[in-house]
Amino acid sequence: MRVAENLNAALHGVLEADPAAYVIGEDILDPYGGAFKITKGLSSRFPGRVLGTPISEAGITGLAAGLALCGDTAIVEIMFGDFVALAFDQIVNFAAKSCSMYGTRVPMRMVVRCPTGGGRGYGPTHSQSLQKHFIGVPGLSVYEMSPLHDNRAVMNAMLASGEPSVFFEDKVLYTRRMYDVPDPFRSDMIPAGHTGPGVARVFLDDPEEADCVIIAPGGMVDRVTRAMRALLLDHEITCCLYVPSRLYPFDPFDLTDSGARAVGAGRLGPALRRARAVLVVEEGTAGGTWGSEVAHQIHRLMWRDLRRPVAQVNSVGSVIPAAAHLESAVLVGESTIYDAVLEALRD
Amino acid sequence: MTEPSAVLARPPLPDDGDLDLLLLIRHFELALLDLFGQGLLAGTTHTCLGQEYVPVSLRPLLGADDFVFSNHRGHGHYLARFEDPAGLLAEIMGREGAVCRGVGGSQHVYRDRYMSTGVQGESLPVATGVALHLKNTSPGALACAFIGDGTWGEGAVYEALNIASLWRLPLLVVVENNGIAQSTPTARQMAGTVAARAEAFGARHHRVDTTDIGVIRDELAPLVSEVRLENRPLVVEFATHRLGPHSKGDDTRPRDAVREAEAHDWYRRYAQADAGRFARADEIQRDRVAAIVREISARPLSRWEPCG
Repeated sequence: MRVAENLNAALHGVLEADPAAYVIGEDILDPYGGAFKITKGLSSRFPGRVLGTPISEAGITGLAAGLALCGDTAIVEIMFGDFVALAFDQIVNFAAKSCSMYGTRVPMRMVVRCPTGGGRGYGPTHSQSLQKHFIGVPGLSVYEMSPLHDNRAVMNAMLASGEPSVFFEDKVLYTRRMYDVPDPFRSDMIPAGHTGPGVARVFLDDPEEADCVIIAPGGMVDRVTRAMRALLLDHEITCCLYVPSRLYPFDPFDLTDSGARAVGAGRLGPALRRARAVLVVEEGTAGGTWGSEVAHQIHRLMWRDLRRPVAQVNSVGSVIPAAAHLESAVLVGESTIYDAVLEALRD
Repeated sequence: MTEPSAVLARPPLPDDGDLDLLLLIRHFELALLDLFGQGLLAGTTHTCLGQEYVPVSLRPLLGADDFVFSNHRGHGHYLARFEDPAGLLAEIMGREGAVCRGVGGSQHVYRDRYMSTGVQGESLPVATGVALHLKNTSPGALACAFIGDGTWGEGAVYEALNIASLWRLPLLVVVENNGIAQSTPTARQMAGTVAARAEAFGARHHRVDTTDIGVIRDELAPLVSEVRLENRPLVVEFATHRLGPHSKGDDTRPRDAVREAEAHDWYRRYAQADAGRFARADEIQRDRVAAIVREISARPLSRWEPCG
């Protein structure tokens, strides 16, 4: 199954299970079914709860927040994640704050979906990864789609949290196969310590015996695992990849099998302590990043146990050009990760 | 001496309940400015002095099923809905018994389908979503959003009005056009008119020029019913006057402009209409608010655990 189909099935599932659920967005109605066809079939099956809207990102995000305020479930599609900047006020100043600024918990079952990222030559305003701008907002969770996480479970977790979530979907994943990991690697799932989807893990034989630990969101899985394979074949370097579904709030203990949490700070699990290098990889451009937050949390808990500081791999701090050769020079690719691992392991 | 126009002709005193509520809001707002003056209130406040009749006149036209969105200048809206000066003052002073435990303060209050927020224009898209919910779940109920003339500078207003009209949602937009946005006269911040804006979206518009509560209700009752029955947004524009500063002590208007606003004050005209009855009611509400101020000031601070 392709990732797009899995996500589409998840949306069908939400609308089917919850008669108070809405999917709202621009050009999402059949027969068009959304710019990336993720909402295909929804409006035919659930007319009245799948709403094609004017081009009004702030308006429709506020509208979704109004539904959520009344106890409904609202999922908004922002056609290109770049446009979520237009809805920033509704997300940050209204939806997220409403959960707590009235003195008692006000549940808001609301997800803002953002097709994200480059690699398709769409140019500077249709290729960005804006996750970092939503990191650290009280009352707001940031999730990223992953080929290793069932979208139905992720969608349910976001909605069950009772807080608004922004869900970033790397566009290049849509056509990829679910749960596809290159030989000779395999994957498993660390159950979540919090109520939510777990952290997926890709490793060779023993996840706790890797030269290098890489932490990356779902959009990077394909590029990271290809780099891991090349590093193994070329240099016999073993890497273990951790893929959290929820990027923020980020809990480093979620990287650890159950039990370690009880041991307390400084015991973040053997994998991180044994690794010769820890890297955080993301497509967002350098500066003020999610990776900085992850690195800080790991440093705070296990600075003395680390052989070297966590290395961060980002796209270049630049606008994202349209021409393929220029774009690939800016974005994190397989070779960027490959080189970064070698650099981090150089003694 | 020029006699005021027919619109400004002395109306009879409103019913006791309405007069008491008008005076309650008036003395509540005056008390806040007084508390600020004494350094007993922190933060900020935006009083609705001069505009009290707007929510009071709407009170019987709105029901418990209706969802009301207020804005930064919302004390009158809250008091007209709940008549809970103690809870609101506790909220503003951060004392026990605060409606929202002191987290929201003057401009972020949420209680039983009443919500205020502090960002201009933000509430209209939310109210549109609420109107959609109400249309689907409790036909006949409406979402009402109070905005000012300055709010029309925000794009979200137009996005919401477009959707509400397009989807035929029961949305009532109450514009308190007091002729000034903080320090900027409407003429310097708005091209065209509110009426033309509403018309552009196919929304009905009605302008209220009087402060006579009975007349306002007669004018608006059938229109508000239409919002409920026909699911058609309505923009009601009150031509009103802000007597006080935007916030506190930040009034840079020329003295003449303030005097002009004061000439439209319902308080002054009602006082003349029936001096005896008015004075008695006025004294009762003044004393009531003074007692509440004493009582709330003596309460312990509100408690709340920081959270996301």
